[in-house]
Amino acid sequence: MSEHKTTEMLQEEAAKLFAEIEAKKAAGTKLTPKDRTSIPLQEMPSQEPTVRAHNMSEVALGYTETQARLESERCIQCGGAPCKNGCPVGVPIPEFIKHIQEGDFKGAVDTIKQTNLLPAICGRVCPQENQCQKFCTVGKMMKAPEKAVAIGRLERFVADWERSHDQITVPTPAPETGKKVAVIGSGPAGLTVAADIRRAGHSVTVFEAFQKTGGVMVYGIPEFRLPKELVAKEVDNLKKMGVEFKTSFLVGRTQTLEQLLDEGGYDAAFIGTGAGLPKFMHIEGENLIGVFSANEYLTRSNLMKAYDREHSDTPLYDAKRVAVFGGGNVAMDGARTALRLGAEKVYCVYRRTRAEMPARIEEVAHAFEEGVDFHFLENPTKFIGDDKGRLIGVELLTYELGEPDASGRRRPVAIPGTEHVLDIDAAVIALGNDSNPLMAQTTQGLNVTKWGNIIVDENQKTSIPRVWAGGDIVLGAATVILAMGEGRRAAASMNEYLASK
Amino acid sequence: MHKKRQLSYDKERDQSVFYYKVDAPEIARNRKAGQFIIFQIDDNYGERIPLTIADANPEEGWIAIVFQTVGATTRRFSMTFDVGDNIPVLVGPLGKPTHIEKKDGIVLCVGGGIGIAPLHPIVQANHNIGNKVVTIIGARTKDLLFFEDEMRAASDELIVVTDDGSYARKAVVTEPLKEICEKEKVSEIVSIGPAIMMKFCVAAAKPFGVPITTSLNTIMIDGTGMCGCCRVSVGGETKFVCVDGPEFDGYKVDFDNMMQRMTAFKDKEREADHKCRVGLDAGKAGA
Repeated sequence: MSEHKTTEMLQEEAAKLFAEIEAKKAAGTKLTPKDRTSIPLQEMPSQEPTVRAHNMSEVALGYTETQARLESERCIQCGGAPCKNGCPVGVPIPEFIKHIQEGDFKGAVDTIKQTNLLPAICGRVCPQENQCQKFCTVGKMMKAPEKAVAIGRLERFVADWERSHDQITVPTPAPETGKKVAVIGSGPAGLTVAADIRRAGHSVTVFEAFQKTGGVMVYGIPEFRLPKELVAKEVDNLKKMGVEFKTSFLVGRTQTLEQLLDEGGYDAAFIGTGAGLPKFMHIEGENLIGVFSANEYLTRSNLMKAYDREHSDTPLYDAKRVAVFGGGNVAMDGARTALRLGAEKVYCVYRRTRAEMPARIEEVAHAFEEGVDFHFLENPTKFIGDDKGRLIGVELLTYELGEPDASGRRRPVAIPGTEHVLDIDAAVIALGNDSNPLMAQTTQGLNVTKWGNIIVDENQKTSIPRVWAGGDIVLGAATVILAMGEGRRAAASMNEYLASK
Repeated sequence: MHKKRQLSYDKERDQSVFYYKVDAPEIARNRKAGQFIIFQIDDNYGERIPLTIADANPEEGWIAIVFQTVGATTRRFSMTFDVGDNIPVLVGPLGKPTHIEKKDGIVLCVGGGIGIAPLHPIVQANHNIGNKVVTIIGARTKDLLFFEDEMRAASDELIVVTDDGSYARKAVVTEPLKEICEKEKVSEIVSIGPAIMMKFCVAAAKPFGVPITTSLNTIMIDGTGMCGCCRVSVGGETKFVCVDGPEFDGYKVDFDNMMQRMTAFKDKEREADHKCRVGLDAGKAGA
């Protein structure tokens, strides 16, 4: 593990290099691609690991202005823009970076917002290494994809700059069309649809079952990774555009989708209800006290603010030794939340190895730095409880990697006779979600797969007239940006339908 | 705060059981017997508490909830909310409705303590489709008993018991349950109350082979299937009370595991009572 550099140290290094570049430019010398690629990748300033593991504040602090300018100069404006093709919402990446190179941050963020209204969020939670940055020409030239231009960090920088400089501009909707759209769910898919449809001049109501808007961005992703204030700000922007929000309204129960369409006067609807039904392992002891789904564990802490013990009425389960099961972003969130809630020892049990982990590279690195103890190639066989039904341990089996499976990852194979017990007093199961059955149960004619995911065509249209769907309820558990990509596609098709009506 | 709700104290019985009428036209319109709501008294820091709907009037746009003050949230709810005040968060109707169908024999409805409230719409619904309904309501003591008139109005026969004999017959609900099963043809039993009471009702019904439905009141957070906090073991399978229930075949419910799981935050509760700030009522305030 490399030594932790403070923001000041990173700024000082960046300032020196940036001054050299400015001098070169001032002298009329154009930067060559070689000049650009020789600029070191700018490291993200962050809270010191031993400090941040005990607070809920954001871990990554964001680039300084100088760092952002310097990092932007690493982009060679290669011409083909392969990065853009790696983006599910097609952000004009080279164009926005060019604005940063020119010091025009507002121009940069406005360019991003042509296709992505939530840059402050995407800059923080997108798996850039598998999307835009994976295709970056600079990374390819250096034969090191991890040295690609830090597109996500730049996106975050300009979005944060816009907010902290009170420069946020809200798109003006087209003249009112008199048509009404219901958006079910206020997560990333729903918010994207709401924005795109409102822009076209249609009236939009977003229905949210919880008391707060933002879906997984408020109940799931923790404060230290995505400050809730940011999500609230994005929702505020939509409100300024005239989008209406109805919280504590569970479509399917408070009113059915049919009621909204037939009696509520909605011309079309979008279902973006997410993948809300936690998977369990169906092993012995899973209903012991102290065994939680990641959804429950994170919802208590995030949405219900249980981490704020002074104010919150929702209790936390005090545990000294916590094991999180899974290798995705949610598992990392669970493990790092456990540290912050006071666990002395936090394990992450994953049946494959670090290389196969589906989590963002940065989240895994942060978890390691903060002291999460990874148990790779292990998988639980049963939970063990005391006479009061409280969890005291988990029996694990050791695995090895065999032949690749359908996902292309090497299949973990159990090694018989390797059972061993890990003493824990809380378990957090982060193995993904099944789709919530409520919409399918309460909506006649809505076709779903055998896993309960809503079936849509290439335009995100469902089997019911006037109804589209997107995000995790279609994809199964995926990412914020993929949900937004589906939302964009649905909104385009819905706008087309509404215009033709 | 998104909706104005009226509260009424008109049927307040004593210091621990409260009956509120709440303005909730959408819920009143769509709710069915057996369904519940979740409320919070503070949309930022408040805990989410499930309460079964005790009554509703779609024309007048209200639902009724009955709760017992068992923790800090219900205590605050009972003390600081006046008629006309807003309840910041109220969502519903949640859960699957009760399956009501015409039966040949008696539908025996058994409610204990605060469980009498959720039983009321089920008694009404059975009565409305013409089933012969015999209702047993019981409480620890006279002061905790309510809905006697309402239950009598919707039942062919009503039996009232108290554990301590302070009112009506001194008995626990399983005693009249057995007597009725012995002498009459009972098609179904519906039992709602504390977990331990439902467990004993199941044991009492078993020798007679009568189907028994129980409505579970576990700890919940979202109430929409998202967290799995309310899970119970039913027939060896893990089920979510909020979306698969709240009603399950009593013979299949693992009540012992359910009762254990409800103690998950008991230590916190004592602490909260001490500090008089944290509620932790979820799953206890009502069924």
